[in-house]
Parts: sequence; C-alpha cells; structure tokens
Amino acid sequence: MSPEFSLFPEQASTIASKVDALYFFALAMSAFFSLLIAVVIFFFFIRFRRRHAGEVGARAHGSMMLEVVWSVIPLVITMVLFVWGAVIFIEMKTVPEDATEYFATAKQWMWKFQHPEGQREINTLHVPLGETIKLTMTSEDVIHSFFVPAFRVKQDVVPGRYTTVWFEASKTGRYHLFCTEYCGSHHSRMIGWVTVMDPDDYQAWLAGGAPAEAPKDLGATLFEQHICNTCHLEDGSGRGPSLVGIYGQETRFTDGTTGIRDDDYLRQSILTPASQVVEGYLQIMPTYQGQLSEVSLLQLISYVKSLGGAPGAETSAEASAESTGESPE
Amino acid sequence: MSTREYDVAPDPGLPKSHYLNAAHGLKSWLLTTDHKRIGILYLLSITFFFLLGGIYAIAIRLELLTPAGDMVQPDTYNRLFTMHGVLMIFFFLIPSIPAALGNFVIPLMIGAKDVAFPKLNLASWYMYLIGASLTMWALFHGGVDTGWTFYTPFSTTYSNTYVAAVAVGIFVNGFSGIFTGINFMVTIHRMRAPGMTWFRLPLFIWAHYATSLIMVLGTPVLAITIVLVALERLLKFGFFDPALGGDPVLFQHLFWFYSHPAVYIMILPSMGVISEIIAAFARKPVFGYKFVAFASMGIAVIGFIVWGHHLFVSSQSLYAGLIFSILTMLVAVPSAVKVFNWMATLYRGSIEYSTPMFYALGFIGLFTIGGLTGLMLATTGIDVHVHDTYFVVAHFHYIMVGGALMGYLGGLHYWWPKITGRMYPGFWSHLSAGVIFLGFNLTFFPQFILGYLGMPRRYHAYPEEFQVLNILSTAGASILAVGYVIPLVYFIWSLKYGEVAGKNPWGAVGLEWQTASPPPEHNFEEIPEADFEPYEYVEGPPSERPYRYSRSEA
Repeated sequence: MSPEFSLFPEQASTIASKVDALYFFALAMSAFFSLLIAVVIFFFFIRFRRRHAGEVGARAHGSMMLEVVWSVIPLVITMVLFVWGAVIFIEMKTVPEDATEYFATAKQWMWKFQHPEGQREINTLHVPLGETIKLTMTSEDVIHSFFVPAFRVKQDVVPGRYTTVWFEASKTGRYHLFCTEYCGSHHSRMIGWVTVMDPDDYQAWLAGGAPAEAPKDLGATLFEQHICNTCHLEDGSGRGPSLVGIYGQETRFTDGTTGIRDDDYLRQSILTPASQVVEGYLQIMPTYQGQLSEVSLLQLISYVKSLGGAPGAETSAEASAESTGESPE
Repeated sequence: MSTREYDVAPDPGLPKSHYLNAAHGLKSWLLTTDHKRIGILYLLSITFFFLLGGIYAIAIRLELLTPAGDMVQPDTYNRLFTMHGVLMIFFFLIPSIPAALGNFVIPLMIGAKDVAFPKLNLASWYMYLIGASLTMWALFHGGVDTGWTFYTPFSTTYSNTYVAAVAVGIFVNGFSGIFTGINFMVTIHRMRAPGMTWFRLPLFIWAHYATSLIMVLGTPVLAITIVLVALERLLKFGFFDPALGGDPVLFQHLFWFYSHPAVYIMILPSMGVISEIIAAFARKPVFGYKFVAFASMGIAVIGFIVWGHHLFVSSQSLYAGLIFSILTMLVAVPSAVKVFNWMATLYRGSIEYSTPMFYALGFIGLFTIGGLTGLMLATTGIDVHVHDTYFVVAHFHYIMVGGALMGYLGGLHYWWPKITGRMYPGFWSHLSAGVIFLGFNLTFFPQFILGYLGMPRRYHAYPEEFQVLNILSTAGASILAVGYVIPLVYFIWSLKYGEVAGKNPWGAVGLEWQTASPPPEHNFEEIPEADFEPYEYVEGPPSERPYRYSRSEA
C-alpha cells in the first residue's frame, strides 16, 4: 500500500464491497436527514424570527399524527439497517466449510502466524488469492484485535480462548494489519502486513521458505514428547479416552453434562483436565498449564483434529491434510 | 443584537440579600447545605477538571500531528489518552449538568426551598472531591495507562501504573452520582410546589428524573466491577484474567452495563437543557411535551439493555450480537422524536437570536450527526469494520462534546444571569458559540473518514497515509481550544462588570424566573404556586400576563 492520501480504503476481499454498499446506504440516509434537519431549522430560524419585543409563539401543543409519523419513519429505517447489517454479520461470522485453517498467536506486541503447511511468519501473513482463509487465533497475554481494513474484517484475539475470523482476498497486494484493541506500551507498533499473492506465486513462496512441518505433524511429535500417547491409546484401551474420531463430537461428562469436544474444550482439557472429564474415565490426568506455549497447544489440537471427528467439524484439518498429500513434493 | 430592547430601563442593581452574600467565609462554603452553593462548588470543580482534561487533549492532538511518535514516549501517550478519558467522563461530563446546573435550578424550577436531603447533597460533593483526589494522586505519581475502559486482563495483570488508586477514586466518585440521583428523585417526587403536577414539570426535570434513575441503578454495577478489578490486581482473585481462571470478556459485559447507560447520564440532561432553551427563545410550548418527556424515560430504560453493542467483535456470540443490535436501533426512535419535536417547536415560534439558542441549534446539528453515525455503529455489518477505529472516537465526541458539552454550555449561558445576577457580553458569547461549532466539526469530522480508512484508536504513531486528516483534526482542536477560552474569560469578567440581569432577562416562563437573580437564600420570598401550564407564553398587556418578559416591565 502506498502512503498516498485517500478518503476511502481499498476493497481487497469478497466481503468488502458488501460492507461498503451498506455503508453508502447508511451514509446517504444520514446525509439526507442531516441536511433536511439543517435546512428546515435554518428556514424556521429566518422565517419565525422575533419581530417585536412582546411577541410570543403560536400556541401549538402537539399532534398525535406527527408523533406517529416521526416515530415510525426512524423505526423502519433502523430495521432496514438492522436486517441488512445482520445478513453481512452472519456471513462474516459463519466460516465457509472449505476454508483452509491458519493459526495466529498474538502477544505484546507482535503477530505470529503459522500456515497449514508449517511455514511460520511474524507480523506478516502471506495468503493465496481467491482462497478462503480461516484464522484460528489466541493471545498469550492481553486482548488484541486482528484488523485488516482492506478486508473489512476484525476479530478480538482473547487469551484463554480461540476466536476465528475468515476472509477471501480478492486482489493481490500488501495490506495493513492492525491491532485494534489497546494492548499496552507499543500497541501502535503492533502493525503488520497481509500479502495477497497469486496461488502460483504463493506456492513458490512457500517452497522458498525453510523446510517446515505441518502443525498437525508437530502436534504428533508433541503428543509423544509429553507422553500423551501412553494413556490416550488409539484403540480406547488406555487410561484416557481414545482421541480418534472424537473431534467435534458430542460427549457426556462425569458431572452429567454434555458438550461438544471442540477447540476450546481440547484446550481446556489440556490445561485444566479436571474441569470436564469424559464419562467412564477417572480424573488422573495432570495439568499442562505453564508447560505448553499457545503455539504448541494449537499444534496439539491440530493433531487431534487430524485424527478425524464429526463430519463438517474438522473440515479445515482434513482439507489441509489433503492438500499436503497431493502437493507435488 | 448585542443590545437588548429592555436595556433602556434604569439599572435597579442586584437584590440586597441573596444566597451569595447570605454568609461569608470559606467555612460558609465548605459546610453549606444550600443547593445553590453546592451547585457552585460543583461548577468550580468540574471547570477545573474540564481544563485539565483539555490540556491532555491538546497534548494528544499535538502528538498526532505527525505520523511518528516523536513528541512523547509511547507510555506517556497511553497515559495522556487514559487520563483525558477518565477526567472528562467521570469528573467532568457525568457530574456536569446534573451536579452543577441541576443542583442549582431543579429546586428553583419546581418551587422548592432546597433538595430533599441537603446534607446528602453536600456529602455527594465531598465524595466527588475524595474520588478526584485519589485520581489526582495517581496522576502525580505517573498516571494510569489502561484507557478509561480498564479492559482486563491488561488492567489487572499487565499494567504497571496506578490502576488500583484510580479504580478506588472512580468507585468513591460513583457514590457522589448515587447520592445526587437519590436526592433528585426524592426532591422531584416530594418537593414540588402547589400546582406543579407531573405534566407541568419543565422537561429539564423529566430529563433529570430519567438521569437519576440511571445513576441510582447503574452506578453500583460500575462500583462492583471496579472493586473486582482492584481485588484481582491486589489479591490475585481470578475474576477476569484467564491465567487465574477468569474470563476477560466478562469484565467488558459488566463495564458496559454501566458505561453505556452512563452515556445517557451525559446526554439526557443536555436534552433537557435544549428543551428549556428552545421553548424560552421561541416563546412557545415544547411541541409534543409528553412525547419528549416519555422519550427521556424511554432512552433511560432501553439504554440499560444495549451494552452488548460494544462487544460485536469481542467473541460474544452471533445471536447476542444480533439482539443487541436490534435493541440499540430502538434507542434511535425516542432520540429522533426529541429532535423532530424541537424542530416543530421552532415552527411558528417567536425566535430570539441569543447565545443559548445558538448553542441549542449547535446541539441539534451535532447530536443528529452523532446519532446517525451511532446507527451505523449499531449496524453489525458496518461495526465490524469501524469498531475501535477513529470512527468510534468521532462518533462519541459528537455525542459527548457536540451533544452533552454544547448542552452544558447552552445551559450555563441560559442560567448564568440567574446564578450570578449578571449578563455576559452578547458579541463575545455569539462569537464563542460559532468558534466552538466550527472548531468542533473541523476536529472531529475528519476522524470519521480516518476511521473508515482503518486508523485504529489509541495509536501513538500511525502510518503516513493518515497524516493529512490528522493535521486537519489538530488544526480544528486548536480553534476549539480558543472557543472554550473565550467564555471562560467573559464569564469571569461578567461577575464584576456584567450588566445586571434582573429576575427574568429572557422573558421566560418558569418558576426559576419568578425569583430574584441571584435568588435569595431560601429561593423564594413566599411559596410559589404553579398555576400555569409548562411554557405557557401569553400575549397581552404586561399586567395580565402571568410571566413578564423583561426587567423594564417588572
């Protein structure tokens, strides 16, 4: 992006033009009413100015019909804004099933990214044009927020949980990535770039990087290093439940509640195993709080996902597994 | 326009005995239970914090003149915007109209001798003072850098500044608001003069009733939240920090449960002022009186269930986001009803071009822009992009400065003759209203554009492409600063040299204009009776009119 003066941000994602269309509608509506109010007031101000000292205004007290009219008009306009906005918002918050999952870890004051192929980057994220990218994000310290103005997407990055954001870049180029949640001393230096490349260039860029392992493979290594594999046997005969095919499945816990074993559940089970134990198992797992970085946690979860699970829930892991399988090495 | 038609009457001088000369000495002020004197104490205190907060604003705008963070250190900048927000919101805007002007005029307007609990009223000022002192203590020891929003876990675990001291300061200050709110509600219920029915109350009173409701119900939640932050910070209780087992987003829910309604604490009293000014200077009843009154109550009630619109991108669920979006939209209806009724009040009025009226018109214009951009922010699909950018900064300054502060200044100009017994110079006051309006727009309008371009708020340094608009904004801020200094000068000047105002310099209807200016110690020589409808302006020979227009006729 050039440091040239402009009044309007670039559109570089598929959602950007939709947001802008709604914004222009709201802008036109606002301009219309602001001008209407200003002109009418100005006219009244001139037309009904005081002509002599003892003059008083007309004794008009109100009109039910007018009150109804000027209540209903704003109500209708705001409902249009609400519905139109909601349609876009739902699209923003619903990650397409064919999205490729990337990971982001935020910390004071940098962005760390990892590609499904294993490539890691700091404060820069390279993505291919036209592909749906899902970012699974967490923070190592305080709340940050992932914001790419050219994509019109923003999502807070919260410690202790995973948040996701998705986008499909529609134009190659370099776009600013800002942290928009105040995060301390160098908040304004937590700026990075998202570089959108043609898919071929992207593949070439990936190949040029240092040889890297996919997050799920790194996760598999961690799974052995931390001897998770001694309890979580694949056939389910271990002291802990088998992790094969469990991702995204509904499970009953020892306290009688049920829940989906998703990213947040897996994270919580690694850090505070006692909080929700799968029915039929004893709480004997030690906590890994403080022993695993956020990046390692994401890799472990990525590995568990690669073991399969509910249809549709593990799409990204599977998709990335397929793409690496097919890539001409 | 600077000379008034009734200036020709011989100057009768100030009344011999009034609340200002009823007692003398510092003690008579510090131990007073007179609502008028407490109003003055508040007026002086909030003016001090407004100027202090303004100095921070100037420093912020100067730093942002250039893209590089070259004037102050990043940590200093973070303290600047935090202290600017804390002082302006908690120690200026929230108490501004209610505690200073409201304290002074509410008993006068309803024909009461004082508020219901005069000692509690004084206690409220002392709570404010203690809270402010704690905050100032933190300020002198280096300030605080969390932003006025105190988001966790940054505020509880990561910040190395005096968070706990400021938190306790805000906690204590909260009681001043609660005391004032209770006092106003009881006063409005119990102390009305004979004949002053609910629907004869000036709309300023309705607005303060609604405001008091929020103060009494909302402030305790802020107090609790702030205590939780202090407990987590000092004793490591795990409420909000995930490392201690807490939930950082829970803080945001609790914080905005108070702080969104707090925006209505700031704007509702201003709306009340505008209703008074427009009626007085159009000499006409406020059109749709009951709708305007109930709109205040409606805003207060709906205002309690919209807090989640601050959390659209916080990881709040999709459905919660949609519900908070639609509820927020509903606030637009009573707000629009007020604006349209004010416009209709001007229609066929007898409009006098006076300083309070100019401020009222400025309010309507700026509040309209602030409100409409608020609708954009309530629209989920737009908010995702502009959340936490300068668009939000511009929006809430249009509401809080363009709205609340313009209303406060309008009210101050409207009741200044009542408070001091003297007029301020017409030319300079018209000029200041114009300068403030222009300076304000030049400061904050470019920030809407900056926000949509994507410039995040709370940035000490920023990319070069944002510089041109930032220069415009800083230029506007310098004009705005001049605009605020002018009234400060002529108000002080008027205390000694201002023309004597008389009982009712504006020819306005209302009990507060029936007593002397400045009012006697107990407000009225005899118990007044409200035997007229609100804003009942009647034409005819002066002797037949219930309320006279001018000093010369009095």
